[in-house]
Amino acid sequence: MAHPIGTRDLLIKGGRIVDPSQGLDAVGDVLLRNGVVEACGGLLGTPDGAEVLDATGLVVAPGFIDVHVHLREPGREDVETVASGAHSAVAGGITAVCAMPNTKPVTDNQAVVGFVKRQGEAAGYARVYPYGAISVGQKGETLAEIAEMVGAGAVAFSDDGKPVESAQLMRTALEYARAFNVPIAEHCEDMTLARGGSMNEGIMSAKLGLKGIPAEAEEIYVIRDILLAKRTGGHIHLCHLSTKGSVELVRWGKERGINVTAEVCSHHISLTEDAVDGYNTNAKMNPPLRTAEDVEALQQGVADGTIDLLVTDHAPHHYDEKEREFADAPNGIVGLETALGVNTTYLLHRGLINLSQLVDAMSCKQAKIFRLPGGSLARGGIADVTVFDPNKVWTCDPTQFKSKGRNTPYGGHTFTGQARYTIVGGRVVYTAA
Amino acid sequence: MPGPLGKDLLGLAPLSAAQIELILDTAGPFREISERAIKKVPTLRGATIVNLFFEASTRTRISFEFAEKRLSADTVNVASAGSSVSKGETLVDTARNLEAMKIDMVVIRHSASGAARFLAERIESNVINAGDGTHEHPTQGLLDMLTLRDRFGSLKGRRICIVGDVLHSRVARSNIWGLIKLGAEVAVCGPRSLLPNAIEDMGVTVIDRIEDAIAWADALNILRLQLERMQAGYIPSLREYNRVFGVTSARLERAPKDLLILHPGPMNRGVEIDSDVADGPHSVILDQVTNGVAVRMAVLYLLAGGKPELAEAAKKGNA
Repeated sequence: MAHPIGTRDLLIKGGRIVDPSQGLDAVGDVLLRNGVVEACGGLLGTPDGAEVLDATGLVVAPGFIDVHVHLREPGREDVETVASGAHSAVAGGITAVCAMPNTKPVTDNQAVVGFVKRQGEAAGYARVYPYGAISVGQKGETLAEIAEMVGAGAVAFSDDGKPVESAQLMRTALEYARAFNVPIAEHCEDMTLARGGSMNEGIMSAKLGLKGIPAEAEEIYVIRDILLAKRTGGHIHLCHLSTKGSVELVRWGKERGINVTAEVCSHHISLTEDAVDGYNTNAKMNPPLRTAEDVEALQQGVADGTIDLLVTDHAPHHYDEKEREFADAPNGIVGLETALGVNTTYLLHRGLINLSQLVDAMSCKQAKIFRLPGGSLARGGIADVTVFDPNKVWTCDPTQFKSKGRNTPYGGHTFTGQARYTIVGGRVVYTAA
Repeated sequence: MPGPLGKDLLGLAPLSAAQIELILDTAGPFREISERAIKKVPTLRGATIVNLFFEASTRTRISFEFAEKRLSADTVNVASAGSSVSKGETLVDTARNLEAMKIDMVVIRHSASGAARFLAERIESNVINAGDGTHEHPTQGLLDMLTLRDRFGSLKGRRICIVGDVLHSRVARSNIWGLIKLGAEVAVCGPRSLLPNAIEDMGVTVIDRIEDAIAWADALNILRLQLERMQAGYIPSLREYNRVFGVTSARLERAPKDLLILHPGPMNRGVEIDSDVADGPHSVILDQVTNGVAVRMAVLYLLAGGKPELAEAAKKGNA
């Protein structure tokens, strides 16, 4: 099975094409045929029988990718399935996602990798690229069968919410993965510092009487992993950075040519620990929301390219699970349907990044760093396109989410910027109301 | 209709100085009731109150129960052992069940910070926080302030030092908010590993040495040191804690002035406080217990819609 493709030609007409992979920012047409880009730029004629999509006043970009999502299948189909998560993605303008391996059973073998991939193809919304676990059962003990999982379609490896405690195992993973040209992604957290914590350590945790997670719990692993990448030449990808110190450490690593890449979540560039006040479990995630100073440093990190990717860490939970005492509530929020709105509102419209940078961080660099198809509208590439209106004002209503999850801190927030058409394999899989 | 304190008492952080003063002023006349031969007034007759204790407590639970009974309320005690809580019922379901039984007030003690607020947001009954995790214990803060005010007249400019495990203490937080609102200067003294590192941003001073704290303060509020803090590695040993931070009569004798000694109980004699200090002339520890009942009666009365005039009348009566 493969991801379904459009059977008719699709002409996207008159939009502003923003594709930094080709250095392109100009009004023009894009023609999609047989699941690939047939032509891009300039005025194109309408082929016989083609479907025409008027993109006047809209931005036409290579399809957005999110390399950090949790789709919960197999194991927790009650909170999300590959299909509902992939549907949620396209509703947010995201045409491909990488699904984290903390499933039940853990995605630590080729059978589960293949299953997740097939579920994505069967659903036919966003493309779904599975992550494999670094270690068997995410236990941090034995290296999982990375080569076989690559063969089954895994694009990257991570023990996800469980940081690889053993520096030796992390070193081995970085070395072993080199031959397969796949990144090793780390959730950076020193559990000896962080255990029992449920929010950022600072004045808000002191006031609320909640155990805090200090910034250093993340930063210690950030620098450890950067140094291991330096030693091994392996590719370390640092997940969901949340602190100013982490940005500085990544900058330090990149300046030295170390093979390190990094991502930040929409919530970490838009919200501070103040959102936790009142014990709001929809503002509970790991890493936690930090301070205004951290938010500013993360935004700056995106602007200057220290942080490569804008992701969501989309993490659906059942409402019952969030409806409880703060310390006992699970970490994470849904994000696929708010990411673009958050990123345009907090980065683009504040003048911190321009449209090309936004598309680069949400699409081109995602494909490049994770060696995925897409991330470009160049002729011959897969026909995944996001058509969005950067100036569309809308208000977040979680009851309308395509995701099964409603756990968002953005309910009632107003954003400027929204996807209008999401196209995967030359098929329009989502049209905004 | 919400009374002068609003629907709930969840902490002292959300209260104004005037609201805190009102509670303390209202406690005066209620303290007098406890001195009578028949210690009962009909104020809350017909009101039903549930004391929901998800965490072990003797002193606070008994104090609330006396306060409720002396106001003639009908009370039910629910302790976590033997209740549906131990069968894994969620707090939200517990709340809904209480609501369905049409109760007027809930007094809740819970090991999770924010649990009282969680309950208050989900039921219409008045909720009183009897201690939530390491967040707040407002009635303890109030009874501490009443005890200090009795001795000092006013708290303005008075120096109060909270000694011990501030990091894990809900008593400390309620004291800090309340005392600062009433104009006191507040310091904390204890091992740095048991102080939140953002503590100074809460408006308090950190004093590292107990000798300096004793020299500075007008009163010490000495917190209980939980044995598990040592087991969790926050401090090397109880013995060393006593030697470095213990409030001993030898240390107090070197103080430039007499200072009041408070302790929220239960005490670890010989750890954070020596027996001769606890039982000594400057200890107001048993006054705190007496005031606890009065303060809780005042809170119940005011949350039930009681009139602030009681406090006014009491003040006039005293004048």
